[in-house]
Amino acid sequence: MANFTSLEKAVDAVMSDGVCVAFEGFTHLIPHASAHAVIRKGYRNLTLVRMTPDIIYDQMIGMGCASKLIFSYAGNPGVGLLRRLRDAIENQWPVALEIEEHSHAAMANAYEAGASSMPCAIFKGYAGAELKQVNQNIKTIHCPFTGEELVAVPSIQPDVSFIHAQKADKKGNVLIEGIIGIQKEAVLSATKSVVTVEEVVDELKTHPNAVILPHWTVDYIAEVPGAAHPSYAQGYYDRDNAAYIEWDQISADRTRFQNWMEENVMQQTTDIFAKRVGFLAKDKLSKKSEH
Amino acid sequence: MAVNLAQEKNYTADEMMIIAASRMLKSDDVCFVGIGAPSAACNIARLTHAPDITLIYESGTIGTAPDVLPLSIGDGELCDTALTTVSVPEMFRYWLQGGRITIGFLGAAQIDKFGNINTTVIGSYDSPKTRLPGGGGAPEIASQAGQIYITMKQSLRSMVNEIEFFTSFGHGKGYDDRQKLGLKTTGPAALITDLAIWKPDPLSKEFTVTHLHPGVVPEDVQANCGWQVKFSETFSTTPEPSLDELKVLRDLYKRTEEAHKTS
Repeated sequence: MANFTSLEKAVDAVMSDGVCVAFEGFTHLIPHASAHAVIRKGYRNLTLVRMTPDIIYDQMIGMGCASKLIFSYAGNPGVGLLRRLRDAIENQWPVALEIEEHSHAAMANAYEAGASSMPCAIFKGYAGAELKQVNQNIKTIHCPFTGEELVAVPSIQPDVSFIHAQKADKKGNVLIEGIIGIQKEAVLSATKSVVTVEEVVDELKTHPNAVILPHWTVDYIAEVPGAAHPSYAQGYYDRDNAAYIEWDQISADRTRFQNWMEENVMQQTTDIFAKRVGFLAKDKLSKKSEH
Repeated sequence: MAVNLAQEKNYTADEMMIIAASRMLKSDDVCFVGIGAPSAACNIARLTHAPDITLIYESGTIGTAPDVLPLSIGDGELCDTALTTVSVPEMFRYWLQGGRITIGFLGAAQIDKFGNINTTVIGSYDSPKTRLPGGGGAPEIASQAGQIYITMKQSLRSMVNEIEFFTSFGHGKGYDDRQKLGLKTTGPAALITDLAIWKPDPLSKEFTVTHLHPGVVPEDVQANCGWQVKFSETFSTTPEPSLDELKVLRDLYKRTEEAHKTS
């Protein structure tokens, strides 16, 4: 049952050292505010799960929150490499990072299997790919009917999943629109979930095939406008592409990174996110005030 | 040298690469688009000779027609202009694994002469010299799209005798290696670089130069490639970019630059 609370209280309720936690959002609706709240609390030894780690996990890894990463593409989309993640893998800085690496198809199937309460996902994949040799969690099985060779990977069932969405109604039903990625599966596969939303409205006013997480599938909801920044929320504000490009410079140097995190994460509160998206919102803020 | 001559004729080697790559695509193609040069080529095709091409990005956007090039595979522009947007599991299961994609258009950090691609690691996997982003959608695109086009700039670092990690399988060690794996798709069918167009030899599957871009000589291609280059007996010259192609490309880049500056 969805509890409306502050993001900080939700984080306290679901997080502890050593848990397996997913922050999902495929380029769109990335839950940055939640990641910053978790970083501020100083959790350690987390197993981080995410298809596309990008800036959000570069920050968590660089701050020493993680001891393991399960992922399928670790880049700054359209910009380049993830420099804090590289430093952890190549130089064990600030701590060593174990990796379990997959393809997108495998991760997507594994989340879907997790949401379906299956122990593993079965699909066609990794043909001739060397990841099979370095990841013991990629196994070959045969179709019991045709004998065809297929791939199996363990399902993903995180202890906690964080996502961001456009809206929740007052009961706690959550609406996700636009590039919906893997967020529905991330919530339904997890033991506990925290959803930040741009706004809480009286009615979702949607259509019969909308992507909805019913209130009884979500544990905590926090209203945090701008929580995806520098990612975006379709219908609210655009992607801050300049921030992604700038991150390449900030993350290139350990000291510059630490100073940036101190100033922009450690010394801040969740409220800062609403201010960060003001200039990206264009005409959309006025639309929002109609609700 | 090649670049200088191209500049005299008022287009760059990069522009020639993108335009040559765009010409590979047809209006009835259903194309899974990689970010960077592939995305530029696919959209130039859509804006010139292939207006009805279906462009699909792995974020779930099907039939998208962006006005500016996306910085990432999931920019809002892709969803705003798409026919429909599906979830990521649906994208990989129904559309890619389901065999509904005719072309996968990929870039590569490192490639060998059989079109095998490394985007995972330089050095050893366990203690890498440079950790690259990894495969993302590419391992399954490489095996499940009808055929694969690859576009990348040539250099001794990127075109190597032996790639350091098999992220995405091309033609393996050549000949019938794909069939031996049970694959029914064609695999790499064209490589478009800033110097030349390459196609696999019908038998050995080794990439062979079929076209040199205007002003490029065979020595340029060899000087920027780590393996012994084979040239088709009948290789010819890539037609120069037309004024229309150049205008469309430059307008697209200009719009894109403006959009990414302000957003």
